[in-house]
Amino acid sequence: MTAAKTILEVEGLHKSFGDNTILKGVSLTLKEGEIKVLIGPSGGGKSTLLQCINCLVTPESGTISLHGNTVNLENKKELYQLRQRVGMIFQEFNLFDHLTALENVTIALRKVKNFSKVSAEKRARLELEQVGLGDKTDLYPAQLSGGQKQRVAIARTLAMDPEVLLLDEPTSALDPELVGEVIAVIKALAAKGMTMIMATHQISLISGLAQNVLFMENGVIAEQGSPKELLGAGKQTRTQGFCDRLSDLGEGGS
Amino acid sequence: MYASFAVIIDSFPYLIQGAFITAGIVVCAMLFGLVLGVCIAIGIIYGPRPLRYLLNLYLWIFRGVPVLVLLFLFYFGLLTYLGLNLSAFASVAIVLGLTTAAYQANIFKGAILSLPRGQFLAASSLGMSDIQAIKSILLPQALRMSIPAWSNEYSIILKDSALAFVIGAPEIMARTQFIASRTYQHLPLYITAGIIYFVLTWLGVRLLLQLEKSVRIPGYSDHGTNP
Repeated sequence: MTAAKTILEVEGLHKSFGDNTILKGVSLTLKEGEIKVLIGPSGGGKSTLLQCINCLVTPESGTISLHGNTVNLENKKELYQLRQRVGMIFQEFNLFDHLTALENVTIALRKVKNFSKVSAEKRARLELEQVGLGDKTDLYPAQLSGGQKQRVAIARTLAMDPEVLLLDEPTSALDPELVGEVIAVIKALAAKGMTMIMATHQISLISGLAQNVLFMENGVIAEQGSPKELLGAGKQTRTQGFCDRLSDLGEGGS
Repeated sequence: MYASFAVIIDSFPYLIQGAFITAGIVVCAMLFGLVLGVCIAIGIIYGPRPLRYLLNLYLWIFRGVPVLVLLFLFYFGLLTYLGLNLSAFASVAIVLGLTTAAYQANIFKGAILSLPRGQFLAASSLGMSDIQAIKSILLPQALRMSIPAWSNEYSIILKDSALAFVIGAPEIMARTQFIASRTYQHLPLYITAGIIYFVLTWLGVRLLLQLEKSVRIPGYSDHGTNP
């Protein structure tokens, strides 16, 4: 682990919407193959942090560096480049409703990476098979279940060969019985060594996957450490308290 | 009574030719309005502030001034002032196109804004540029949603096209008036003209309904939501 090089470095991110300050100086570094899990109460800034990292939301100050190169946030071209290399999975899937599962995956390959129709479809079929949807390629989002939609979204993002994957509560919008299929896909990705930052309320994902837990509250990273350090028996951390409350609500499901 | 029928039968081919000219004016105006309307809608939503003001001013002018005034302004005013020579057909198609563009822009604006923002975010997160996301993700869906309102606009513009007779475009209304002034069979002739307009409206609206059905996204019900 010590030899792994740093992929992503985020420094001093600030973001506010009007008078409401969401991020108050957040910094983190992500090494190759590392999995960080972001937890904390709603409104704490988890989603905004993730959206700032691939600049879907432009931070007011702070820097984002990929492989040591600081991204110039004013330059649209550099922004598009950054977003290509940092994939994003959304809570609400955000599939393109007018396109089939296959077309959802091929469209960015064709428009952004200029793949031919044939090679884009070949790649898309491969990605959809990887998430267990090889037989659903011609269905439209409205014909898929929530879990299937999220898996298409994952295939769509992976087809772009991202170096880092950001997941914004990937299972929160799913019916309980559909959570498992998405978690299985995420765990398979982790096993392959994908570098990830994931916001989640799913305790099984925290203890099972995370090498590093970030507890975010009021726009700052309030605590961070390995799951053992923060969640080990007898620890009196805020992270621990927060996870206990989650378990009490039955949201944990581990 | 016999004279009425005779006039209608004699003049029917002449009136039907007018119907084709009316249809030509309306199709040109609607397509021109479609292209311009989409551009205006995108400019108003995504453009920089000065452009937004300018486009909104356009909407106010073309929605606030009667078509007839615009038509006179263009045909007798602007063309003469510039020393240009344009046919009555082209002039009417342009003025109606400019007018319907203002209304269509609002149709498309509403449709684009009603799409979930997440799809635009997702497109951006995959590295698509704003223009690519608008072109490949937002517009195909917004245009589908706009068809019902667009068919309304079609039926309005079709009837507005009757104003073309005042500058002498040889469409239904002009031809009807011409024959009526010579035969004095006003009643049967204007009833015939009304029926032709009605049939044109009906045909166009049916066609658009068919289009709406054929491009409907599978899995969505008639109401545009998940079944």
